[in-house]
Amino acid sequence: MAEYKNYILVCGGTGCRASRSSELVEELNKQLKIYQLENDAKVLTTGCFGFCEKGPNVKIIPDNTFYTRVKPEDAEEIVKEHILKGRKVQRLLYLDPDTNKHISDDKHMEFYKKQVRIALRNCGFIDPENIKESIERDGYAALGKVLTELTPEQTIDIILKSGLRGRGGAGFPTGKKWAIASKSVAKPKYVICNADEGDPGAFMDRSILEGDPHSVLEAMAICGYCIGAEHGLIYVRAEYPLAIHRLQVAIKQAREYGLLGNDIMGSGFNFDVELRYGAGAFVCGEETALIHSMEGKRGEPTLKPPFPAVHGYLGQPSNVNNVETFANVPIIILKGADWFSSIGTATSKGTKVFALAGKINNVGLIEVPMGTTLREVIFDIGGGMKNGKKFKAVQTGGPSGGCLTEKHLDVPIDYDNLKAAGSIMGSGGMIVMDEDNCMVAVAKFYLEFIVGESCGKCSPCRIGNMRMLEILTKICDGKGTMDDLYELRDLAHVIKDTALCGLGQTSPNPVLSTLDNFWDEYVAHVRDHKCPAGVCKNLMEYHIDPAICVGCGACQRNCPADAISGEKRAPHTIDQSKCIKCGTCREKCKFGAISIQ
Amino acid sequence: MNKIEINDCTIKKVNDICEKFGNKSGELINVLHETQNTLGYLPEEVQKVVAQNLNVPLVKVYGVVSFYSFFTMKPKGEHPISLCLGTACYVRGAENVLREFEKELGIKVGEVTPDGKFSLDCLRCLGCCGLAPVCMIGDKVYGRLEPKMVKEILAEY
Repeated sequence: MAEYKNYILVCGGTGCRASRSSELVEELNKQLKIYQLENDAKVLTTGCFGFCEKGPNVKIIPDNTFYTRVKPEDAEEIVKEHILKGRKVQRLLYLDPDTNKHISDDKHMEFYKKQVRIALRNCGFIDPENIKESIERDGYAALGKVLTELTPEQTIDIILKSGLRGRGGAGFPTGKKWAIASKSVAKPKYVICNADEGDPGAFMDRSILEGDPHSVLEAMAICGYCIGAEHGLIYVRAEYPLAIHRLQVAIKQAREYGLLGNDIMGSGFNFDVELRYGAGAFVCGEETALIHSMEGKRGEPTLKPPFPAVHGYLGQPSNVNNVETFANVPIIILKGADWFSSIGTATSKGTKVFALAGKINNVGLIEVPMGTTLREVIFDIGGGMKNGKKFKAVQTGGPSGGCLTEKHLDVPIDYDNLKAAGSIMGSGGMIVMDEDNCMVAVAKFYLEFIVGESCGKCSPCRIGNMRMLEILTKICDGKGTMDDLYELRDLAHVIKDTALCGLGQTSPNPVLSTLDNFWDEYVAHVRDHKCPAGVCKNLMEYHIDPAICVGCGACQRNCPADAISGEKRAPHTIDQSKCIKCGTCREKCKFGAISIQ
Repeated sequence: MNKIEINDCTIKKVNDICEKFGNKSGELINVLHETQNTLGYLPEEVQKVVAQNLNVPLVKVYGVVSFYSFFTMKPKGEHPISLCLGTACYVRGAENVLREFEKELGIKVGEVTPDGKFSLDCLRCLGCCGLAPVCMIGDKVYGRLEPKMVKEILAEY
């Protein structure tokens, strides 16, 4: 990229677009025209920068200035000051919360300092809708190397030696998976990319597809070469319109450049990719369910074996990998297995992308080496808890994972450590919770999700989770008993041991981990009929402090249940039998006289 | 399911979509996606037409439509509201926002207002967790919601 003096990179990820980044691009272009700088600077819409909390983000290269929360109205100032006069717009720079100083360069921001971006190497650096930019950053170089210099066996060997494990959750060694699929004799074979990211609060795969679709296509072709497949399929959620659009553009461009299709790079190898759309079913992330869904059926899982490597899509051998796993492949081929395996811990190599969200200052998409501790992720990169609240728990692995607490903060993150701590790595969702979150209600929230998403095929998952949800609802309503807690644990273990697929087997994890780590909170609900976090409505009582109440009557007038009584200019009282706990009185009270007990 | 009459024009549209996908039973989900995009929803009568064209039993089409949350057999409102109830939005108080929407609109999740103007649905993760809690009305995303913002937002429509 040497034709322009300046490049203005604007984040075009879903988060930033929701905050009007597309309008910002238009406005920047308009301003460049007005100031006649079209030949000096070029505006590019890129994939996700990761720092979603401060979006829309804008980066100007070559001087690497990082602007945050940029609005379309700021476009003129950026063009006039920065592009024309070379002066940074101070007020749009990131303000370091510790030093209270503006930081102009992302390299010096806490959020980026500890990150190592491998799978996200191109996200935020290239225009994903322009294949030339991908190629300039070594896109399709690994495919070229594989096709011209390596045999399928040698390639699989590199992936095997690198120690890359499946990033979708279970952590199965990728090289091993490829080796098994390559040994299946039946033809045709299929390469399937699992982009059905159903985990609520996780957006890793989507950001990769939106920011760097070519790396995924390239890796699928490499996989096809290794296992002897000519067809690739990407199963992507219909809820991701932007990712679908960018994949369609990328596939079209790759075909035009002869990087997909027949006789790729004159090697005689044929490979093409098609899209298949999901329709909103969490269970379709499970590979057998995903394959059924691609065949146009209900996405119900089947018993393994037979594994997809033997009997997959349309009954043919198929290799299913997740988006992030694929995104790691090209760079491993280029930089070598030793380079990749030098990053990470003894059993988990490389990096992991996490969608960091919840009650944390820096919500965003991050990538850290395996072995980074939860404390570093939450307090250094994540910038600590929002509004100075106390850290309570971090949930990893989505509905299949568990809640970890303060005592786990110094655990180095890898597949095995998280499993030992009672959670899972999962696909990379990481939700931070503070003292205001009730862990019983959180367990209930996840079970509601699971009950809604259970496909209904096996009874432990279909009925067992429903029973668990009933018990949790009872507890949150203040009607639970101590026996319920023991039964909850029993049920959880039965479901874990007997459910058919990965969804069912892991569905009790949120309950089990909260029972283990927050037993006292469950007991408080059951024995003392109190919700310590003040979330469970039926366990709360609103009270008016007679010392503060001036008797203005605002609460009384606004109470929808006529539960408040009292004389004018005298302290009012709430009739607990009538109160529906809507909280209106507390909102309306100007004197802060109403509290929750 | 309410009985509805579908006219020849609609049948032709559905036929064309099936044709486009080669009337192959393996393309059922793609056919349903495009049909819903065109018609807005998938009533029983439309499912019958799809079943005939792809030569699959109606029960299979219904099985797929009812399995996936993306497909709906009820028409949506003029301005469909989708509130994110993903984990990130949940821990930042999306439930309170949902209650406010229900209160203001006088309908529950999954329902349409009597005048057909709004419909209210929940979905799991829009993927802009930095803006949590978020909702989408039509194609427009509203972020960092608080219950008191609901009235103002609805007034825009």
